[in-house]
Amino acid sequence: METLKIIGAVITLMGSIALLLGALGLVRMPDLYNRIQTGTKASTFGTMLTLFGLVFIFPGWTGKLIILILFVGISNPVSSHVLARNAYRAGVPLTGKTTVDRLAEDMEKKNVEPKNDAQ
Amino acid sequence: MVNTILTISVVLILLSILLSLYRFIKGPNTADRVIAFDVMTIASIGLIGLIAYFDNRIVYLDVAVVYGLLSFIGVIVVAKFLEKSL
Amino acid sequence: MILLLITIVLGVVMLIAALIAVYNKDMKTAIIAAGLTSLFASVLYVLLAAPDVALTEASIGSGLTTLIFFYVYNKIRRNNAQE
Repeated sequence: METLKIIGAVITLMGSIALLLGALGLVRMPDLYNRIQTGTKASTFGTMLTLFGLVFIFPGWTGKLIILILFVGISNPVSSHVLARNAYRAGVPLTGKTTVDRLAEDMEKKNVEPKNDAQ
Repeated sequence: MVNTILTISVVLILLSILLSLYRFIKGPNTADRVIAFDVMTIASIGLIGLIAYFDNRIVYLDVAVVYGLLSFIGVIVVAKFLEKSL
Repeated sequence: MILLLITIVLGVVMLIAALIAVYNKDMKTAIIAAGLTSLFASVLYVLLAAPDVALTEASIGSGLTTLIFFYVYNKIRRNNAQE
């Protein structure tokens, strides 16, 4: 019983280390899109792991914690995706080290193609 | 033993909140500030879970559910506003 | 003891967010900072063992206020663009 609680505490510690690394990436990254990538991925993983560690410590709380983990895992990637797409359309600049931008190529192709297909 | 490990993890979560506050103050764009806001609220959900452990009350997890829902709505609203289509 | 540390750190963060909301020139940053102040106030209410007040503060102070502020700001911006 005591061993199980220590395993849960170590899982929670790993989750909080992931949260700290995500916030460190938020400070260090040069660009908005890199910040979105490191911030939301690492922080979602860290929060899910933090709440999952509590399942081992209090087995009676399992239902509510699983609901919370599923909610965080669904809602946070959706919000970061919407923010990244709308920031790209609003014209937030990329960093100078970018070598390839597939979305700009696709949007350009999409604007050109209907003219070629027009009868 | 369990208390010591969870105390260390509370300190790490507080440090991550302070680091993202630095990005909130400095961030050049509005979208940078929204990302810092998102990271702070997501870290606060984990913090509320740990507070529920230290006080030994399950009711606090309901607050965490509402908290996650409101952070989702806030980010969606600001993103729609940035695209000028609210 | 650790709960006291959480209270002090979150109080300082909340104070900084409120100062940003008052003294910043940019309107969007000020609105987001006001929402941030409400969210940390909600965590402080949880620490004071009042989860119902925390629920109300999170939903009204952060959700509804931010949404109404951005809605009105968008309408003002659109009217200014038309004239």
